[in-house]
Amino acid sequence: MIISHLGDLKTGGILIVNTAAFDQRNLEKAGYPKDEKGLPKNPLTDPGLAEKYRLYQVDIGAMTKKSLEDLPLNAKEKERCKNFFALGLVSWIYTRPLDPTLDAIKKRFAKNPTFVEANIRVLKAGHAFGETAEMFSEHYGIEPAEMAPGLYRSMTGNRALAWGLLAAAERTNIPIVFGAYPITPASSILEELALHKRWRVRTFQAEDEIAAVTSAIGASFGGALGVTASSGPGIALKGEGIGLAVMAELPLVVFDIQRGGPSTGLPTKTEQADLMQALYGRNSESPIVVIAPCTPGDCFYIAYEAVRIAIKYMVPVMVLSDGYLANGSEPWLIPDVKTLPDIDVAFRSEKEGFAPYLRDPATLARPWVRPGTPGLEHRIGGIEKQDGTGNISYEPDNHDHMVRTRAEKVRRVAQEIPATVVNGPESGDVLVVGWGGTYGAITAAVEEAQMEGKAVASAHIRHLNPLPPDLGQILRQYRRVLVPEINSGQLVRVLRAEYLVDAVGFNRVRGMPLASQEILEAIHQLLEAKS
Amino acid sequence: MSTVTGVPGATPKYTKKDFESDQDVRWCPGCGDYAILSAVQKSMPDLGIPKEDIVFISGIGCSSRFPYYMNTYGFHTIHGRAPALATGLKLARPELKVFVVTGDGDGLSIGGNHLLHVLRRNVDVTILLFNNRIYGLTKGQYSPTSELGKVTKSTPMGSADRPLSPCVFALAAGATYVARTVDRSIAHMEETLKRASRHKGAAFVEILQNCNVYNDLAWNVLYATRPTGPPPPCSPSSGRPSIRSRSAPCSARKARRRTREFSSSRSRRPSRIAAPVTSRSSCCQVRPGRSDSALPARITGFIVTESILPALPRRAGLVFSWPT
Repeated sequence: MIISHLGDLKTGGILIVNTAAFDQRNLEKAGYPKDEKGLPKNPLTDPGLAEKYRLYQVDIGAMTKKSLEDLPLNAKEKERCKNFFALGLVSWIYTRPLDPTLDAIKKRFAKNPTFVEANIRVLKAGHAFGETAEMFSEHYGIEPAEMAPGLYRSMTGNRALAWGLLAAAERTNIPIVFGAYPITPASSILEELALHKRWRVRTFQAEDEIAAVTSAIGASFGGALGVTASSGPGIALKGEGIGLAVMAELPLVVFDIQRGGPSTGLPTKTEQADLMQALYGRNSESPIVVIAPCTPGDCFYIAYEAVRIAIKYMVPVMVLSDGYLANGSEPWLIPDVKTLPDIDVAFRSEKEGFAPYLRDPATLARPWVRPGTPGLEHRIGGIEKQDGTGNISYEPDNHDHMVRTRAEKVRRVAQEIPATVVNGPESGDVLVVGWGGTYGAITAAVEEAQMEGKAVASAHIRHLNPLPPDLGQILRQYRRVLVPEINSGQLVRVLRAEYLVDAVGFNRVRGMPLASQEILEAIHQLLEAKS
Repeated sequence: MSTVTGVPGATPKYTKKDFESDQDVRWCPGCGDYAILSAVQKSMPDLGIPKEDIVFISGIGCSSRFPYYMNTYGFHTIHGRAPALATGLKLARPELKVFVVTGDGDGLSIGGNHLLHVLRRNVDVTILLFNNRIYGLTKGQYSPTSELGKVTKSTPMGSADRPLSPCVFALAAGATYVARTVDRSIAHMEETLKRASRHKGAAFVEILQNCNVYNDLAWNVLYATRPTGPPPPCSPSSGRPSIRSRSAPCSARKARRRTREFSSSRSRRPSRIAAPVTSRSSCCQVRPGRSDSALPARITGFIVTESILPALPRRAGLVFSWPT
């Protein structure tokens, strides 16, 4: 434990160790180096440890055992309770009420009253230890968070994506056909949706990733809303399929729950290195809309928005979530569904003047026709076609025109993007721009810098293609732009190319979320750097 | 010419012309696909459903140009993936009549997996696989149904791969309806297609097709013995195969010897070799002495087997459907 995680503790942080666990056998198992006598060296004896951290050595093992003396539990069961001692102790340090934990224990172990009794005793013992043992010179209070009034529930990112789809299906009145192939960390979306047959969603576990996306496209062709979900490797496979949706100009929603790569990579670790794949991962000029949630709860609104944009513009929309958001959770305010935006679905039925590639003047979307509509029989496909008529065309000027039209259609989605929210002063020294799951760490770092009196602000982008129309103007109000990302620098390149601004990346690709401390350090470095 | 089935008065009476689209047909002159197109268009009125409920989904290949020439809803998709798109379409709109048009390359090479699963799942679609034993659109590479030793642009020294049989593949996938017809007999195709379309579940139809530019006369053996009319009706009800044999006797040993020559790796342009005539039968026939449990099927038509179907006897011609 100490070997692997001590680096995460900042200097001067609190380190509570269960001395009972640091016996010779465990030290050997943990692989601590041996001294001259052939005994593993106990790290607790290192004076540097107590100098660097606030070290508290507590015999949690023995105290747990003592408090459970008279209970009919065996030694192993008694030892298993020790985590509640630690929880009780930490609860005291942070002045947290014990009642929610007590309720949880009673509920969780309801079938076994002895366990309930044991865990409650140990929890209270830990709490009492903090209070009575005069080891801890400080303890902390935590103010209640400022949260809007309403009914909350715990929500993970993947469940929020699934529920966003269900909400959109209810609003549109058309079914959602969800084709997916199991892949970590996206499988739970398929599993969640499969539970909700009574809502307007049909789930399909396809035979492979390509069948997943093509079945979704077939469903969209039929007048349902096709959705698929995967992670990096699966999105790579779906490239040709998504390209077909671009050419056929059909609505399609693709969830990419990013994970460590390349190739199989680190399936259970988070990363945000698929932005370039989302923007360019298809042959030729194949633009699609790309959006990204910033918190687990935001996934609900992003999924809903993805459906809305896909239908309105007859275009594929990719949602870039990641493993951290997918499995992470937060309290989520259950929205009033009436406040969600409208999703207009208008299937064409008028025969007069119909052509498969007629364009709506505002969105450039072509008409959506349900097969089964009399008089509107037509054929579409992946080959380039004449604008308007939809007949196959190899004509040079037509192809150039179509490439530009498809790009312009995606650009028009910018009219859906609300004004960018800037957290901090409207102009200053450093603007920290992020996307995806780094929202929390960036916001914490920037707010700490602001408390230090620095002229630092942050802006978090949810729309990556097209970018918010006001972003260029905002970037130019700051002396430097910092882009922290869990990749080798992808959004930073987009910003530099798009706005000709000397944005700088902060990049760590460790399969872990970024820490607010390291972002804060990067902000300090950028502030001090000569322009 | 064709009768309308279904609810009387509800569906208009269609003719072949109603299913001809306004596009110029662009297959090579002499391509077997023209005949197939004609047969399909002729069989459409028999479906007895509104034209707007019919959808043709194709992959990539000469076969897959098909939807553009049918005046129905159509989707020309990506190589090998038509069955998956069709599955998604049926999930959204189970009431539509969906046809999948594919080829020996599109369906059995890149699309083998999707074909396997659409048949395994028994999705209610009718699959037409145009087998010309070559890749025509890309100008003459070998395909999964090309003979061992086939010399093509990508196999100048003769293919080292044994061919796959589409019908055996479909049977192995658990298909509930497997049929085979040939582009040289429009009447036979028309009737086969009508019967296949009526099947509830996945119906697989292999259509032996001639690519006169890149693999002319690949089915040479058949044109000598092609059916001259539609397959005879089958006796229904009992589920037991009907036995009506009018075939001329065929020497098994002679056929086996020729088969060995035929499949030697030194062979060149096997379509020019006098390939063994394996059957002169033109009627329903079943292997005598074989118990029902091996093939619990109702014989409804006619195909010719060749040496590429090692599992089935070389004399029998079979079309079979399973009760679903």
